Amino acid sequence: MYALQDVSKRFGTTQALHALNLTLPTGRTTVLLGPSGCGKSTLVRLLNGLLHPDTGQVLYGGKPLPTDAKALLSLRHRVGYALQGGGLFPHLTGEENVTLMAQHLRWSPAKTRERRDVLVELTRFPAEALARYPAQLSGGQRQRVALMRALMLDPEVLLLDEPLGALDPLVRHELQADLRAIFARLRKTVVLVTHDLAEAGFLGDDIVLMREGRVVQQGSLVDLETRPADPFVTRFIQAQRLAPGNGASA
Amino acid sequence: MGLAVLLLFSLALTACERASTTQGEPSVRVGSKKFTESVILGEMVSQLARSTGASVRHRRELGGTAVLWEALRRGELDVYPEYTGTLRQELLSGRKLPDDAALRVALAEEGLRMSAPLGFNNTYALGMKEAEAERLGIRSISDLREHPELRFGFSNEFMERGDGWPALRDSYRLPQRDVRGLDHDLAYRGMEAGSVQVTDLYSTDAEIAAYGLRVLVDDLHHFPAYDAVLLYRADLEARAPEALAAILRLSGTLSEEKMVKLNARARLERVPEAQVASDFLAQALGVSTVVHGDSLVSRVWLRTREHLFLVGVSLLGALALAVPLGVLASRSPRLGQGVLGLAGVIQTIPSLALLVMMIPLLGIGFRPAIAALFLYSLLPIVRNTASGLTGIPLEVRESADALGLPPRARLWRIDLPMASPSILAGIQTAAVINVGTATLGALVGAGGYGQPILTGIRLDDTRLILEGAVPAAVLALLVSGAFEALGRVLVPKGLRLRAESESR
Repeated sequence: MYALQDVSKRFGTTQALHALNLTLPTGRTTVLLGPSGCGKSTLVRLLNGLLHPDTGQVLYGGKPLPTDAKALLSLRHRVGYALQGGGLFPHLTGEENVTLMAQHLRWSPAKTRERRDVLVELTRFPAEALARYPAQLSGGQRQRVALMRALMLDPEVLLLDEPLGALDPLVRHELQADLRAIFARLRKTVVLVTHDLAEAGFLGDDIVLMREGRVVQQGSLVDLETRPADPFVTRFIQAQRLAPGNGASA
Repeated sequence: MGLAVLLLFSLALTACERASTTQGEPSVRVGSKKFTESVILGEMVSQLARSTGASVRHRRELGGTAVLWEALRRGELDVYPEYTGTLRQELLSGRKLPDDAALRVALAEEGLRMSAPLGFNNTYALGMKEAEAERLGIRSISDLREHPELRFGFSNEFMERGDGWPALRDSYRLPQRDVRGLDHDLAYRGMEAGSVQVTDLYSTDAEIAAYGLRVLVDDLHHFPAYDAVLLYRADLEARAPEALAAILRLSGTLSEEKMVKLNARARLERVPEAQVASDFLAQALGVSTVVHGDSLVSRVWLRTREHLFLVGVSLLGALALAVPLGVLASRSPRLGQGVLGLAGVIQTIPSLALLVMMIPLLGIGFRPAIAALFLYSLLPIVRNTASGLTGIPLEVRESADALGLPPRARLWRIDLPMASPSILAGIQTAAVINVGTATLGALVGAGGYGQPILTGIRLDDTRLILEGAVPAAVLALLVSGAFEALGRVLVPKGLRLRAESESR
């Protein structure tokens, strides 16, 4: 789905991403994994044009990402995005958050309702909570609303930046299971950012381990464990395995 | 862009004003300055013109000579009482006019005419207690030379003026040593107590009658003549000949003594100027006029409408410009600084100066007042709009971007609703400030609660001041409360919930 060629990005004096090449396969879940500051969030923002690379190009379906505003908007309709904490609009109810784009695109009420019901069922969101505002929802519910909002237009790609980052362990565990089921049902191309190895292994078909703006290794968790490309891979895995409960605490 | 909006705005206002003054009978617009004598004369002129059937509008208590002069030249007033000294020394001082004949020529060049003198000369003069003057045999300023022991107390202005004390002393060769500068009111009280024996005054001051003062004759003609005249537009002759003829009957009817009495009746006995003028016209010219005073309720109601008009129109105008400016300012920090800087500079211009600056552009009446209030309203609204927009959390902005919402839809669906509490607070601030500042509108003839305040200050009448100040304060509270209530309707519920949960 995505191919990145010699893509680099710098913020001021910080080189967030060194020139890298990367392919993200269609219909699979790829996890961008690494310690904080490794460039994984920057990378995911390059995929929907929130950021533009300084060098190289991002190919989507074989074509470079558009640069003109209008084409970029329609790209974003095909690429769902949810970030840590949900980024919900506090002045809109859960339902209004979910259906905002459908309203804007003048979907018929019936079509909107139908899609909403599908998503409520998919994300196991309590339907009676749809009328609540974000301030009245729990952290897990907010994340589910954010997920529904990202999926509303039935996008080809789903980008999730630390979707479970701000949740307490129990809720997080429950949502991880739900997410895996959702990914399995939808068969969409998913790119998920996390710093948690267990989560990456649980949700990802493919893991891209990153460090200081570079891709260290791409492969399955088993690949990373058995055939580490670099001593850092082993160190990273061991560090997470050794510290109990780390999955939720960082 | 601001200037363009302002221009459109004033054009629209001009259009409504034009539409409201097309009538059959000739109309005469009278002005007066914000001191009692001028208001009485203005009333006389108004009543005389009205007695011929003309429709008359008297704009009382306009803020300063320059305001009236400009308004007359621009054709927004037809006639107002003026003094030859003011014309020669102040308004046309650059021309160095030697006498009244030269003054008439200079006025004709402006399309203006001047009546024959009304009869009194309101100039600087020296005065002392009648009894004491009689005892010492003092009638003229020259007589003071014989009494070097007299204690002089002059207003600070008189001590410093070019034709004030130093020049007076030199031309009369006055020997007095005990000369103090003090506040004018204190000088009168000093005369009562005997600590001051001679003071400066205007030759038609009401206090001359009240304190029993003798005005000393300026036998060397040191002080310039400030003969009262009526200044009017030349075109009045063609437009309202009968009214003008009636008005001009005032010439030569008012001696200093008479004017002092009229001033005293209005200032000290608190008789309304209209009544003072009406009584004089009946007695001196045999013209009977009807004076009808409005009740307190109808006065306050009228001023409330005027005041709300000033505040409402200026605020709506400001809203139309300031919110878009705030949006622009939030998008480009550099532009934002420029816009906020400019609005800040406007805010530092003193209100009175801004009002007077507007007069050459917009004339007198509600237009300059609305324009000034409009300009003052910009800063709070622009600033709060910009800060409300830039204060939207990063993750919300990023979410809006990532959804693929076009900029315009994003502005209406996300940005403005989220910034609405801040924008509304800015409008509230502007509205409350406007209610207070609009009281100054009376100085340029815009009416409103400032009118009784102005009159009250002039007459030292606390009741009148309160008649304007109390409704203004109440209105400010009501406006503030109305915006609180509006906030409950307009600010999205989700944002109020958040504010509650955060304050918990």
